[in-house]
Amino acid sequence: MSQRTSVIREITGRAVAVRGNDIDTDRIIPARYMKELTFDQLGQYNFYDQRFDSSGKSLDHPLNDPRFQGAGVLLVNKNFGCGSSREHAPQALMRWGIRAIIGESFAEIFAGNCTALGVPTLTVGHGEIEELMNLVEAEPRTEFRIDLESRQVQAGSSKVSFSLSASQAQVFLSGTWDTTTSLLDGLEEVQATAARLPYIKDFPYDRPRG
Amino acid sequence: MGKNLLKKVWELHKVRTLPSGQDQLYIGLHLIHEVTSPQAFAMLAERGLKVLHPERTFATVDHIVPTDDQNRPFKDELAERMIQALEDNTAEHGIPFFGLDSGLQGIVHIIGPELGLSQPGMTIACGDSHTSTHGALGAIAFGIGTSQVRDVLATQALAFNPLKVRRIEVKGTLGSGVYSKDIILRVIAELGGKGGLGHAYEYGGPAIEALPMEARLTICNMSIEGGARVGYINPDRVTFDYLKDRRFVPKGEGFERAVQYWKQIASDPDAEYDDRFELDADTLEPMVAWGINPGQAVGVLEKLPVLSELKAEDREVAEVAYSHTRFRPGQPIKGQKIDVAFIGSCTNGRVSDLREAARLVQGHKAAAHVKALVVPGSQAVAEQAESEGLPGIFRQAGFEWRGPGCSMCLGMNPDVLQGDQICASSSNRNFIGRQGSPTGRTLLMSPAMVAVAALAGEVADVREFAQGGRG
Repeated sequence: MSQRTSVIREITGRAVAVRGNDIDTDRIIPARYMKELTFDQLGQYNFYDQRFDSSGKSLDHPLNDPRFQGAGVLLVNKNFGCGSSREHAPQALMRWGIRAIIGESFAEIFAGNCTALGVPTLTVGHGEIEELMNLVEAEPRTEFRIDLESRQVQAGSSKVSFSLSASQAQVFLSGTWDTTTSLLDGLEEVQATAARLPYIKDFPYDRPRG
Repeated sequence: MGKNLLKKVWELHKVRTLPSGQDQLYIGLHLIHEVTSPQAFAMLAERGLKVLHPERTFATVDHIVPTDDQNRPFKDELAERMIQALEDNTAEHGIPFFGLDSGLQGIVHIIGPELGLSQPGMTIACGDSHTSTHGALGAIAFGIGTSQVRDVLATQALAFNPLKVRRIEVKGTLGSGVYSKDIILRVIAELGGKGGLGHAYEYGGPAIEALPMEARLTICNMSIEGGARVGYINPDRVTFDYLKDRRFVPKGEGFERAVQYWKQIASDPDAEYDDRFELDADTLEPMVAWGINPGQAVGVLEKLPVLSELKAEDREVAEVAYSHTRFRPGQPIKGQKIDVAFIGSCTNGRVSDLREAARLVQGHKAAAHVKALVVPGSQAVAEQAESEGLPGIFRQAGFEWRGPGCSMCLGMNPDVLQGDQICASSSNRNFIGRQGSPTGRTLLMSPAMVAVAALAGEVADVREFAQGGRG
């Protein structure tokens, strides 16, 4: 975790659109590829069953399209990343090269997992995402420049404002998105909080032996 | 105005406001399993951190466990490696581990309540989205990712944005053959899979209060399917009676002190809510989720939606669903042929689920073309079911009786669909590929509905079979 304190202010790169509402984390990373002790191999499995048939033959999917190889920005629609809490999903996207996701809305656990990995999830309206998706499908070489400070993305001649939660903005712009570090800072207060909880001080777990 | 339970628990567990503006919350119980923890332990090691409160952390193994042959080493080398990693990590850090030889192993969301680890007014976290289950006891329970598992291991705390609370009031009385699974499927169908974003769901009202604890767990379990990360039910007499004498619950005077706290942590009668939603249990029908998300659900006597009748946004997902399922818009769901019937999972793998299913299949036979399996949610559930003779009833009816585990809910163990099989399933998700075959199809329903579907070989209406319900 060498990257754990970097400031993220600007993200640049080409983009790829994966259209559809309610794309769940089972689709992003099928469970059979989670039988791994590390996240290292996951990049190759993202959207696997959408990208390959049962014989391993490539299917028509934007992530298989040579024009979109090397893209760093993912464009999506509503409720992206719903379902399972598996961090394997954003890990798989990140390890494929995704560094920011722009969409209409995100499932909560998924967005939190992305933040923990330093991958901002940025929200825009339906009209804006259509504009960006159409643009990148017509001109895959379009360079995107995402500015977290001004909360704007410049793509070709399009300029679109996005929302970013206040907490995401703060942690990326200050380079403190690694939560363990900031949570460790409050360790004394953690113990003080625990000490006043009724289920710790007044009626702790009964711990039978054996 | 009074406070709701979420607000009270939040205030009590708030450590401080972080520079990000998020709240740092103390986590009272951390449950871990083999899939989402090994990477977190590796991150700890990399940073030279230790587990801060191993005594507030409990582990079990569930996702990758085979349900037919549970002898070690597992035939699947990857699964064996994962259970070994969990054994090693828990031993190294002094974390209690309920392994296969403990008599206490099971699906993490089954054993938390069963052992009395999950209690009212507690914050609970687990690297699994169905952690919302534990809210049925009046806990605030969060599903988390692996980096957050690392956070809890290292600091016993997490960073959260505050949640809004939507009160879901269920009036009336459930009819015969209608169960808590039908309540939650209807709630998700009405409010949508993203309706709960940013919210906790508080379930209440006469129909909820009348439910036994196991049925309540089913409702809170699927909160996440409605986009609500947290779901809960206020603790009441049902909760206290359920917890009394459970393994980790304090006994004697300790229990009395606990009940005092549990009573006061419940939402005040005049509590404030950010939003309200009402559902009528009287008119509720047995539900079937037919599509590719649990919100695409209809009553068993309804027809599948015609595309032109849907809102533009729902239409797009329905088109994907029809292309995957190859069902026809406008077709009745009743009578749809099935290939597999699965009773189990953290949603409906408790003994009351199995009892009701057994009652319905007793003396009957599963249709010849249906592969039917019953998977108890834990070793304790299996033991109880065995003492009541349920396995024999199931076997005589042509069902397989298996060992405890997540089984066919998620395709991480040998129990998977083949090709485009259609499965009547008591689990929680009908996502594309969820049950292990990319082309497999899942129909979500109550365990009683799965039982009668297995007998009929097709989706059937449980109300036409022996009378039951109300749970």
